[in-house]
Amino acid sequence: MVIDSIKNGIVIDHIKAGRGMTLLSYLEFDNEHDTVAIIMNASSARRGKKDIIKIENVKGTAVDMDVVGLIDPGATVNIIEDEVIKAKIRPTLPKRVENVIKCRNPRCVTASERGIRHEFVLNDAEKQQYRCVYCDEMVSMQEE
Amino acid sequence: MLKGKNLLEPMDLTVQELEELFATADDIIENPEKYAHCASGKLMGTLFYEPSTRTRLSFTAAMLRLGGEVMGFSEPASSSVSKGESIADTVKTVACLADMIVMRHPKEGAPRIAAEHSRVPVVNAGDGGHQHPTQTLADLMTIRKYKGRLDHLTVGLCGDLMFGRTVHSLIRALSRYENITLKLISPRELVLPEYVRTSVIEKNGMEYEEVRRMDDVLPQLDVLYMTRVQRERFFNEDDYIRLKDTYILDEAKMNLAGKDMIVLHPLPRVNEIAQEVDKDPRAHYFDQVQMGMYMRMALIVKLLGLEV
Repeated sequence: MVIDSIKNGIVIDHIKAGRGMTLLSYLEFDNEHDTVAIIMNASSARRGKKDIIKIENVKGTAVDMDVVGLIDPGATVNIIEDEVIKAKIRPTLPKRVENVIKCRNPRCVTASERGIRHEFVLNDAEKQQYRCVYCDEMVSMQEE
Repeated sequence: MLKGKNLLEPMDLTVQELEELFATADDIIENPEKYAHCASGKLMGTLFYEPSTRTRLSFTAAMLRLGGEVMGFSEPASSSVSKGESIADTVKTVACLADMIVMRHPKEGAPRIAAEHSRVPVVNAGDGGHQHPTQTLADLMTIRKYKGRLDHLTVGLCGDLMFGRTVHSLIRALSRYENITLKLISPRELVLPEYVRTSVIEKNGMEYEEVRRMDDVLPQLDVLYMTRVQRERFFNEDDYIRLKDTYILDEAKMNLAGKDMIVLHPLPRVNEIAQEVDKDPRAHYFDQVQMGMYMRMALIVKLLGLEV
């Protein structure tokens, strides 16, 4: 399958196959105006299969690196300007994330109290496991 | 320095600060008159969003015995909470009126929100199935008093280890002492949450064993910590009824235990300790109530930086 390259924008490459849709759902793009392409199960020398997300005509700052790192720290973010890769960024697992994932513990105060930020801290990098700062519920991003 | 700190979970206190509290509690027990008026002019706000007899009365008794005053609510229906006020707003309001806040809340993590919005110390008096650090102070003080140490102990934790917040808090606190072995006695449905097992027990290299039968480990225990299966933590009444009487400590079981083992329970109990056990000299759950009050007195003295 052939997908055109983009002149200006962002290409998130080397996303673990199957994680592309999840990542896209966490990245908050403008559904009405942004041009977004998602390629799933493309062949990859590094990962066998991979997903790719392309977003046209947005600046590098439009992508929250913490979110990319959270969903797939193995992905790379390429900033494209005039069809040239101007920067290649490798995200890392964030130590702390705010208002990205929500606590699933029905007893957690974040489930009922209004206006609270959902805050998680990295508990185990190997397992990509995060802990809710309020109730200590664990969430593994490998299973998300 | 404990003055102005919050106590949301046991690890908010260093071992040194714990020692400071034990020493103060010892002194209060020895010289109660010295402390009788030290909190004069101080006001404690008690925000109890969930029913509590023991903890609320213990905090109240502690403050009154120090010469201070207490105000607050004992159920949300009698406060502006019933009108839909947020925790943050309630706390901001009470922090303008009181010198410290004690909060019990059914939702886990609620006291952390309180601490984020309070300019006076916040003490967690129990948040859902999560933490209950002042019960832990009572537990530690009781173990220290009746076993003479907080290290080199085999501690059996029995009953509802999943929702039993006192268990979670106690394990955290014990994780900092040397050579603690835990025997985790629970039905499969009420095992210790993964986060406590991995991020507290395993992370600190504590020795532990998960067992289903109390009899198997009773002879090995220095401390047996019984807990109640809490009806209010279940979404399903059938599960509660099925599990509530899994473990009952009675005279026959006590005969299996060592003569120096002590029995603790955060109370209230339902059926899990037969009344016949109360007269056993190894039963210390009512002493624990008293130790709890002394430790809460010590905590108030330190958090408010009171002069004696």
